[in-house]
Amino acid sequence: MWKWLHPYAKTERAYQLCLTLQPWFWAGALLCLSIGTVWGLAFAPQDYQQGDSFRIIYIHVPSAILSMGTYVAMAIAALVGMVWQWRTAYMSMIAMAPIGAVMTFIALFTGAAWGKPMWGAWWVWDARLTSELILLFLYMGVIALYGAFEDKQQAGKAAGVMALVGVVNIPIIHYSVEWWNTLHQGATISKFDNPSIAPEMLWPLLINLLGFALFIGAVTTVRLRNEIVLRELHRPWVQALAQQHIEGKR
Amino acid sequence: MQFESFSDFINMGGYAFYVWLSFGVTFLSMGIIAVQSYLKQSSLLKAVIVEQERKARIKKARQENTHAQ
Repeated sequence: MWKWLHPYAKTERAYQLCLTLQPWFWAGALLCLSIGTVWGLAFAPQDYQQGDSFRIIYIHVPSAILSMGTYVAMAIAALVGMVWQWRTAYMSMIAMAPIGAVMTFIALFTGAAWGKPMWGAWWVWDARLTSELILLFLYMGVIALYGAFEDKQQAGKAAGVMALVGVVNIPIIHYSVEWWNTLHQGATISKFDNPSIAPEMLWPLLINLLGFALFIGAVTTVRLRNEIVLRELHRPWVQALAQQHIEGKR
Repeated sequence: MQFESFSDFINMGGYAFYVWLSFGVTFLSMGIIAVQSYLKQSSLLKAVIVEQERKARIKKARQENTHAQ
């Protein structure tokens, strides 16, 4: 495992890996998102209580789950960077942060637009909503801290510590609906033995979840390549790459 | 298809505003982050070239200076 993984610590190999994965991520994301969204919007049955407003679930739940998933992935990258001193790990950490923040924003926004017709309020200071908002601030904190350092290796370490400390918020978000009395409904799909959703509603949800995950993968590969180019500006292979890019445009 | 007609579909059982707002904002923000990532890539690679050319100019100027002396 180590022998297989280790070459990717080299930026050039990591860059190549991103290039290889990227088209698959994009193709899969587009396919899953279009199938899942059309299925969810037009073909899934209505909810007997919430009518058609429940269709927001098809973007709300995937973005919310993956806002947490991306955070965990980011924290793992920070840990790898700290333990094995991989520069590439810090680079992938900071590549994931903006897309994770976007997912958190989507989860909050769609939640508000769903809460308004169902609860009568865009926002309530409920445990689930508040902890998700803190997640957004954690993402912003990681991005801002990384940007505040001139030396990007230092920046990676500082932002990595922040990302790791912030992991404590993840179980809080997940269990908030059980620990506190909240307006937010309980988990829908994580109870695999007894999911509280009909299969014809669940399938488009799972497909969209996969689509969102692949989308995050696609954007991460693009941003990781950006980060590598920025950090390896003076390496000959990056300069050759830039030359190629310019010639391709002409 | 769960809806009788296309206008029924657009109407979303009376929740049109909330449903379309959610889906609109979601795909808009996903589009923005994707496009921004690609624009950054292009500007970064251009910056690499500019930096490279600047280095080459400095080197050339240095060489000409040593010849003059």
